[in-house]
Amino acid sequence: MAQADDWQPSAIAGALAGRAELLQQLRAFFAARGVLEVDTPLLCSDTITDPAITPIACDQAGAKRWLQTSPEYAMKRLLAAGSGPIYQVCKAFRAGEAGGRHNPEFTLLEWYRPGFSLAALMAEVAELVQAVLGTSLHRVVSYRELFQQHLGVDPFVLGAEELERFARQRLDYSGGSEDRDTWLDLLLTHLIEPELEGLVFVYDYPASQAALARLRQEGDITVAERFELYVNGVELANGYFELTDATEQRARFEADNRALAARGEPTRPIDARLLAAMESGLPSCAGVALGLDRLLMMKLGAERVQDVLSFDWSRC
Amino acid sequence: MASYSTNEFRSGLKVMLDGDPCSIIENEFVKPGKGQAFNRVRLRNLKSGRVWERTFKSGESLEGADVMDRTMEYLYSDGEFWHFMEPDTYEQYQADKDAVGDAAQWLKEGDRCEVTLYNDSPLAVVAANFVELEITETDPGVKGDTASGGSKPATLSTGAVVKVPLFLSQGEIIRIDTRSGEYVGRGKS
Repeated sequence: MAQADDWQPSAIAGALAGRAELLQQLRAFFAARGVLEVDTPLLCSDTITDPAITPIACDQAGAKRWLQTSPEYAMKRLLAAGSGPIYQVCKAFRAGEAGGRHNPEFTLLEWYRPGFSLAALMAEVAELVQAVLGTSLHRVVSYRELFQQHLGVDPFVLGAEELERFARQRLDYSGGSEDRDTWLDLLLTHLIEPELEGLVFVYDYPASQAALARLRQEGDITVAERFELYVNGVELANGYFELTDATEQRARFEADNRALAARGEPTRPIDARLLAAMESGLPSCAGVALGLDRLLMMKLGAERVQDVLSFDWSRC
Repeated sequence: MASYSTNEFRSGLKVMLDGDPCSIIENEFVKPGKGQAFNRVRLRNLKSGRVWERTFKSGESLEGADVMDRTMEYLYSDGEFWHFMEPDTYEQYQADKDAVGDAAQWLKEGDRCEVTLYNDSPLAVVAANFVELEITETDPGVKGDTASGGSKPATLSTGAVVKVPLFLSQGEIIRIDTRSGEYVGRGKS
């Protein structure tokens, strides 16, 4: 048998202790606020339909199971069953996401606050991140203002062709014509994110990027009640004022599956238990998922996610 | 040639892009949590030397380029072409002015250098990091002046002009770092 020369951890000095300390700090934070720690299954019979995320399937005694891309659905079932405020620290899995800031297996901190508005949850996220990182600077800006301030364009008004022309003048993009959201993602990640300094909350996303957030009419546009938190240009957390309407939820799952089919990809099983829980009554709540490995990177000043993992993807 | 998907892009991988062979310098995976995944790639066009950044949609693939780096011996120049030989096979290659480029000023007959072959013909030549060349022309040496830190231009046997300390004279062999074009010391030979 060949001698493996990569048995040693990828974690840099201080990363293991830093993670243990961070977990203690988080648990104290939530205990003080009366938020209950929960633990939900990672290997489930259904998965998400989001076309931008590829789940990993496993064979379990001949039956297909899915490694969870986030604990969202199981946690919402607990909320519908009357759990009250809950949080969880767990592993999540997303196929193909490997790089300096991504590992296909990663750790999420996810929590739900019944009765909270999106603004109230953003304030709590800011409190937690500031407590961990010791930084207080923060800016709160809508998605529309963000594009207007950094690029001078209105992301709710420009069509796909105009966005494409704008993007191609500034970036060498290999692909052909894309939909509006792809151009917006390209502009956001390449031209705006690198300019974001400190803690920045972005809220009120285009309705087409709602995922599991509620929609709201805001003057002339429809926005998704969703936020993202950036720390020095790195995406750290994604939150929603949660959709509670089971009929609307089912329609979004089905639209996702149509989008997958149109791309020639297999459709995915719709989580009937989540829909049943929503029908029985998901309390009005706000929820957020935060990348714990990235938070640890920021706390330690690490350059790459590999630096804060015991064994990164190439060593496990 | 094999084709490579964005997740196989590594520093040093040679691929075909817009009809030219290119070398990948850096590949960064960029993805909003709820959005499209991209690969932001820095490349060097091996023909023009141009370095730039292009973004791919994750999952796209590129054809590999038939490019390889070989250590060869520089034989001679006939004025139009520079001739190189692979030491193991004695196979000879001729490179034109575009392929040799800036390396020409550091090539001394018999020295080893790196030749990049594309479809089996030289695409680029990189001189060894350090070469030893003779000074063929410079102002007379100032004896004993090893401390003043002054310098003067010197023309070398290959035609290159470099800055050297004042104490050096015509006929001396000096050692040059070809990456910076700087004098690093007296030669051993």
